[in-house]
Order: sequence, then C-alpha cells, then structure tokens
Amino acid sequence: MAALRRTPPALVAGKYAAIAAYVAFALFPLYWLLKIALTPDTLIFSDGTALWPSELTLDNFRTVIFQSDFMAYFRNSVTVSLSTAAATTLIAAAAGYAFSRFTFRGKRWVVALMLLTQMFPLLMIIAPIYKLVAAIGLLNSLTSLIVVYTAFNIPFATFLMQSFFDGIPRDLEEAAMIDGCTRLQALRVVILPLTLPGLGATLGFVFTAAWSELLFALMLINSNDAMTFPVGLLTFVSKFSVDWGQMMAAGVLALVPSCLFFLFIQRYLVQGLTSGAVKG
Amino acid sequence: MAGMEMRALRKSYGGLEVLHDIDLTIDDGEFVVLVGPSGCGKSTLLRMIAGLEPITGGEFRIGGRRMNEVPPRDRDIAMVFQSYALYPHMSVGRNMGFSMEIRRRPAAERAGPVAAAARTLGLDRLLERFPKALSGGQRQRVAMGRAIVRDPQAFLFDEPLSNLDAALRVEMRLEIARLHQRLGTTTVYVTHDQVEAMTLADRIVVMNGGVIQQVGNPLELYDRPANRFVAQFIGSPTMNLLDLVADADGLRLGNGVRLLGPAPAAQLGIRPEHLAVVAPADGEITAQALVIERLGSDTNVFTEAEGIGPLLARVHGNVDLRPGDRLGLRLIRERIHLFDAAGRRLPPMH
Repeated sequence: MAALRRTPPALVAGKYAAIAAYVAFALFPLYWLLKIALTPDTLIFSDGTALWPSELTLDNFRTVIFQSDFMAYFRNSVTVSLSTAAATTLIAAAAGYAFSRFTFRGKRWVVALMLLTQMFPLLMIIAPIYKLVAAIGLLNSLTSLIVVYTAFNIPFATFLMQSFFDGIPRDLEEAAMIDGCTRLQALRVVILPLTLPGLGATLGFVFTAAWSELLFALMLINSNDAMTFPVGLLTFVSKFSVDWGQMMAAGVLALVPSCLFFLFIQRYLVQGLTSGAVKG
Repeated sequence: MAGMEMRALRKSYGGLEVLHDIDLTIDDGEFVVLVGPSGCGKSTLLRMIAGLEPITGGEFRIGGRRMNEVPPRDRDIAMVFQSYALYPHMSVGRNMGFSMEIRRRPAAERAGPVAAAARTLGLDRLLERFPKALSGGQRQRVAMGRAIVRDPQAFLFDEPLSNLDAALRVEMRLEIARLHQRLGTTTVYVTHDQVEAMTLADRIVVMNGGVIQQVGNPLELYDRPANRFVAQFIGSPTMNLLDLVADADGLRLGNGVRLLGPAPAAQLGIRPEHLAVVAPADGEITAQALVIERLGSDTNVFTEAEGIGPLLARVHGNVDLRPGDRLGLRLIRERIHLFDAAGRRLPPMH
C-alpha cells in the first residue's frame, strides 16, 4: 500500500519548482531594490536590466545616512509606528476581551459600527480628518498621525484580538477564579500569557500598517521635521530627476526596523501554546 | 468540610427559566451525583454552586453561610472541569500549587501539599512537565491534584471522565471513589453516565427539564423509581414499558394476560433482567427473538412480543436462542413497576 501511495518523483520535483518560482516572483522586487541600492549612480541606466550590477558601491547608503534628512524621517516613523502599535494593541486587547467574554446591551451595534468604519475608502474621509486635525491644532505633529492611525486600526485589531481570546477556553479563567483569582488576576496570570501570540500578531500588523502609511502622512504633515519615512522617500523625487540609487538605499534601510520587529515578536507568534489546556 | 443547602433555587436566562425551585440538602462528607440527560440543568446547578453562574432566586448555603453573592474564590470549593482546564503555560507542579501561589503562600510551604497530592495520584515524576506533554488520564489526575491541594470544603466535578476511553474511565472512577473514602470531603459530581452515578454516589439526584425528579441512594432509585422518567433513566439496558388496558375485570396486558393491580395504572414497567426467558408454552407472553447480544456474563434478547410489541430480556450467562426462534417470557411479579397516565409511580401490585 505504501508503495502505491508514494508520490511520483516528477510530481515532487514539479511541486518544489512551483514553490521556487513563486518565492522568486515574490522576492524579486526586494532583490531589485537591493541591486539598485548597491549600483553606482553612473551605472544605473547603463546596467539596465542586467541581473547583477557590474560594480558594487555603498555610496548611496552613505549619502542617505549622512547627507540627507532620512535619519530624522526614520526616527519619526519609529516613534509613530511604535506608539500606534502599542496604543492600538492595548485598546484592541481590552475591547477584544470584552467582546469575547461578556454579553452586554448594544454589543451587536458596537460590532456593526466598527465594521462600518472599515467599509469607507480612506480617500472619502481624508478631507474631514484634515479639517478636524487642523481645528485642534495638530497639523504637522506626530501626535496627529498616532491618533488617526490608532483610530483606524482599532476595529480590525479588535476583531483579531477577539478571535485569539475566543480560542482560549473559558474554563481556564473559571478554574483560576475558583483557585482564588479575581477576574483581573485571572486575566493577568492565566489568560494574558496565553494571548502573547495574539498580542504579537496584532502588534506586528499595526506596526507594519503604520510604518508604510503614506496618504494621511502626506496630507497631515508638511514640515520637514515631522515627516515620516514614506513621505520622506518622495524627497528623492525632484522636479527634473529621480535619485533612484538613494531612494532604493533608503527603502532597504526602511526594511530593517520591520524585520527587527518581526524577529523580536516571532517567538510569540508561534502557535500551539494552548495545546494541552483542555481535552485531547 | 461542610454540608450544603439549596432552598427554592432558581436560574433564568432572560425570560427563560432553566432551573425551577431546586430544594436539596447535601450532608457533610456526602458524595452526591447529579445525573440527567443533556440540557436538564445539572451542569448549571453545579456552576451555581461554584459561583460561576449567578443565582436568580432562592438561597444557597455552604456550611450554614449564605453564598448567593459570594464570588467563587471565597467559597472555598475546588472544581474539576470536563476539559481539565489545566494552565498550559505552567508546569504540573505549579498547576497543582496555583491556589496556594495566588494566596501568596511561600514556595516552601506549597511544596509539601503538592508533593503529597502528587504521591497520592502517582504524579511524582511529572511535576516538571507541562500539560501538553501529558496523556488524557495524566491530565485528569493533575486536575484532581489541583483540587486536592486546595483542601476545600467541597469538591465539584463536572463530567470529569467524559473525555477518557472506557478502560481509563473505570480506573479513574475507582480512583475518585478511593479519594472520597480517604478524604471524606463533601462532593458534588455531575454526569450523564448512570453507571458512574450508581457506582460513586451516596445519593443520586435525577434531574430532567430543570426539575429534580428524585433523590435517593442508588438502589432506591433502581428498585423504587418515583416516576417513569427515573425508571427509564436508571438501569441499563432501559426498563421495558408495556401499555395496560383497564376493563371491568381489572387490568390486562396487550396480549390479554390479566394482572392484579390498582385500576389507575396505565403502564407497567419491567427491567430486562426481571423478564424470565422460558419455553414458548410456559410463558405468559410469547415472542420472537430478533437480535441476540452475547456479552459473556449476560445475554440481551431483543424480541417482538405478540400483542405487545418490542421487549428486551436480559439473561444471566448464555442462552440457546437464535434470531427468529420463538420463546416464552414471564414477568417476575415482585419486580413489576406500575405507573399512572401522568407517569407517576403507583403502589406495587402484590
């Protein structure tokens, strides 16, 4: 029977070839980003579509780091993204827990309203948001971005956290409460450690969303001091030319925090922590 | 340790009342089993005892102290859940000592009771392991260990054996019985398995539709069921129910056999083990064997009785019958149960 079930080698090879083709396709833009960042300015057009640059240089990185405002944009982005991720995750975790564990009057309406906020294209509401932010004098401040990003990420993050809380058996909290915990203690000592993968995923999702957001940052920020990195990238585009090498080098550098952040949270993303809690 | 008292206890969800006027007294050290079909309210009642469900009406006391408004942590009870509810991020030892840890007892003080409970349950070597590395039976033991370390006034068990295989279930049942004998702690145990109920309980509470149907020791329930529901729920295989016809001369079975008995009886109940299988000519009921189940110690004979319908007889040992054979059945008179039209028990006929 085992012999009959063995997959033909050609099929196995085909499967791996398909996966390899997909990975190459998905990663090619990243490779191209790195390739152009390492190509000297003078060769960018002469090298054309050659897969490997004829000469390598770190000049673009040097210029971006030491002779542009990129590091300031970068700091702004880190501040905005980390603050947004922390605030959103905190609020979404509390809301997600409430949705998962309690029944209360108006729960369905709150859920429906939160879903509703996700249905509008951002372009539709950018004007009122601009008016609101201007009215309270927060234009050109990182705070405005943190508030707006947090508000827009909370609904999705809440549903994400709720699904994680739903996956944790109620019995665990009840056992803890019988063992002597208050509900808050049960939440802190038993439930929260089991929600770390969920918190990690939510943090990662919100951080990435805030890190790469352009539309609101473009509308709400004008001054060079408060620019985030996606807006800052546009400064490499001048009236008559685009500084491709430096733009790509800045892009590569922008990937670093995202990668570091995911490296940091990836151990919390590992699922299966709750296995063994309940039967089977 | 302490006894419990429930007076006119009620539970409603919105306008829907699921438990109606529960009156029950559980003595100090008693092992009481709540049994009934799914949705009968037995688990809800247990959760009300634990403090996990608010009490809608009535009064509940443990050791004479009113508990209605007391949160679970202050009721001094321990509960073993059907799902075990072990904390997956804590080792076996920490799981078992958690109730002491949360009360800020120092680690040195916790070690003694945890080690003692682990020894009792054969968990000594597993204290460092995490729940996911344990088998179902071991997890069940850890859950029990956690309850023992708590040293509570009462143990609550919510269908603790339902997730185990048949052999392990028997083993753990025995373990629970031994534990109760040793500790003598008041225990309330919920199950839908009547074998567990019969083997473990000092007293059984049979529930249906949110109402207590009967409270009694296992043999009382078996010998003198208060109504048709209890009669059919307790005992395996299920009791046979035969419709009775009343006429001017008294009562008779569907096949014409006359019986002495109170006139209002509408149905006769007879357990399969109280139907004697005899030769066709000697029986008061003639029947045809449909299916023979040979269990080794007993044989179940499913029959179609003339003028009556399906009847099941249980014979000790083996019996020389084949599907299609004709046979006679006799009712053991002193084992007959009579019920009125509403299903209530009537006095016996002899």
